[in-house]
Amino acid sequence: MRKAIDDGFREFTQAYGESLEAFFDPLLTFLVWSEKVLLNSPWPLVIIAIAGLAYLGSRSWKLVVGVIVAFCVIGYLGMWEDTMSTLSIITVCTIVAIAIGIPLGILMARSDKVQAVVTPILDIMQTMPSFVYLIPVVMLLGIGKVPGLIAVIIYALPPIVRLTNLGIRHVDPDVVEAANAYGCTSWQKLKNVQIPLALPSIFAGVNQTIMMALSMVVIASMIGVKGLGQPVLKAITNQYFSMGLLNGLAIVAIAIIFDRVSQQYGLRIQKHREGGHGV
Amino acid sequence: MSDKDVKIRIEGLSKIFGANPKSVIPQVQQGISKEDLLKKHKHVLGLDNINMDLHDHSIEVIMGLSGSGKSTLIRHINRLIDPTIGNIIIDGENVCDMNDKQLRDFRQAKTAMVFQKFALLPHRTVIDNVRFGLEMQGKDGAFIKEKAHYWLERVGLKGFEKHYPAQLSGGMQQRVGLARALACDADILMMDEAFSALDPLIRSDMQDILLELQVELKKTIVFITHDLDEALKIGDRIAILNNGRLVQQGPAQDILMNPADDYVERFVADVNRTRVLLAKSIMSAQVPSEINHTDTVVVGQDDTVQEVLHQMLTEDALQVVVADEDGQHVGSIDTDTLAEAVSHQVEEEKTTT
Repeated sequence: MRKAIDDGFREFTQAYGESLEAFFDPLLTFLVWSEKVLLNSPWPLVIIAIAGLAYLGSRSWKLVVGVIVAFCVIGYLGMWEDTMSTLSIITVCTIVAIAIGIPLGILMARSDKVQAVVTPILDIMQTMPSFVYLIPVVMLLGIGKVPGLIAVIIYALPPIVRLTNLGIRHVDPDVVEAANAYGCTSWQKLKNVQIPLALPSIFAGVNQTIMMALSMVVIASMIGVKGLGQPVLKAITNQYFSMGLLNGLAIVAIAIIFDRVSQQYGLRIQKHREGGHGV
Repeated sequence: MSDKDVKIRIEGLSKIFGANPKSVIPQVQQGISKEDLLKKHKHVLGLDNINMDLHDHSIEVIMGLSGSGKSTLIRHINRLIDPTIGNIIIDGENVCDMNDKQLRDFRQAKTAMVFQKFALLPHRTVIDNVRFGLEMQGKDGAFIKEKAHYWLERVGLKGFEKHYPAQLSGGMQQRVGLARALACDADILMMDEAFSALDPLIRSDMQDILLELQVELKKTIVFITHDLDEALKIGDRIAILNNGRLVQQGPAQDILMNPADDYVERFVADVNRTRVLLAKSIMSAQVPSEINHTDTVVVGQDDTVQEVLHQMLTEDALQVVVADEDGQHVGSIDTDTLAEAVSHQVEEEKTTT
């Protein structure tokens, strides 16, 4: 039976491989474009842009200083290009995961049937060892950026879907009832009540998605994704301890920055909860 | 109550909760008891064949203890809950026949609701909460702005526009809820235990605000409460639910004087009647031929017993003559009757006159 499946899939690959590749072309264009923007811009400009975004997200000068120092050190140690590659793949992954994950989470929250179907799929996506689903992806699309990107997205997508679903399901039923009583359409209810009230949870999902995408960087580098993962891989095979450590630390630095900024932002949008009189 | 037109007519309304409510309709129609329905068929009878009219321009109180079905009943009026059988007819239209779109339009145009737990939108400021219903109606910006500010001021919250609900006390939050409902300018105002979560002083304030507004607005207010004093204070008429059945409906006087059954009797036993009973309810129709002005006091027929007592005591009178609005003498109250009214033991024969 195994042979039958393998043969069948091989045929499928030969028949549809190219059209699938064409389907994912826009993704590749987007990724290449964002990488080029980050790499071709002069480095001070990139640091200023990132520091600015960090400030907008967190409103914390401490964090901004941390960002500037971290990126200067990364540049000084010669990891600038790899870091930019990693940043761009994380950005693209996160955008794609949000674009797929939030609507999917909303669908799940609105229908128990959809939830019953999607939940086990998410379980598989999260627990299946990444190498297993890398095989068909590589067979279909070869080695390169796009299969890496898909692998990262598969791994990073579940938390945002789950937390969007959970957030919307946990919106205070009294408030939802009030929205119904005032004659909201389902879109108005979603836009004015459910999404705003689920936002903290959705944000936790975005945060988790970014973290999981970062943790996939090394595995993705095995199928040809450029970035901080490749030197780590090289360090493992050649036993360059310091090289592995430094690149690993760069990944950690990016992770901490993303995490703090998105958490601070999440807290800030919940400001209305202050005041002591629970609603 | 100025107008006896029926605004909301509820016909043969039953609500059965369970896996397959339709399957047990025959048993329910044959009058199976609530306990048997639960034991044998695993279904809960929420409302049992409710028939009632709710009048236009009046405050209709629906009262009952928890589990009596009063919150379920009010949610049928705007079909937040669908009935198992029965009809709800509002202004000649059957709410139960409406499709989703018609129902939304109906809810926007005709009903507004105030909730026990306020149900404000925590992420919106006070003023944006008041705007909510109007925004759903799709009104234009300038109109919404004007209405929202007007109603916020009417409920006494001018200056709190930019606060978030969580920054306000419970009483203030419910004022926002009231302003949100009134801003919609709907005919029917539904209040589901709207003041029950507030402390007694604030609750009394809110009742006064509601009564004050009603004098000018003349809406149809359906008010749910478990508190008899509240019902007597604000209700033009009171309907009492017990175990999903409508036990009695009528003006406060009727409920107090002629309780329909033991349940209502026990319910009203602890009420301070003197503050509710009116002179006309306890007077006898005999007008004394001669009035001795030194020991007689003339009271209005709509004075409460408490007011009658107060006048008797201050004027040191022994006899009470009751007059109507035009000053015509229509009856009298003797001291025995008054004593009985005060001691909670008014007998029926003396009151039916």
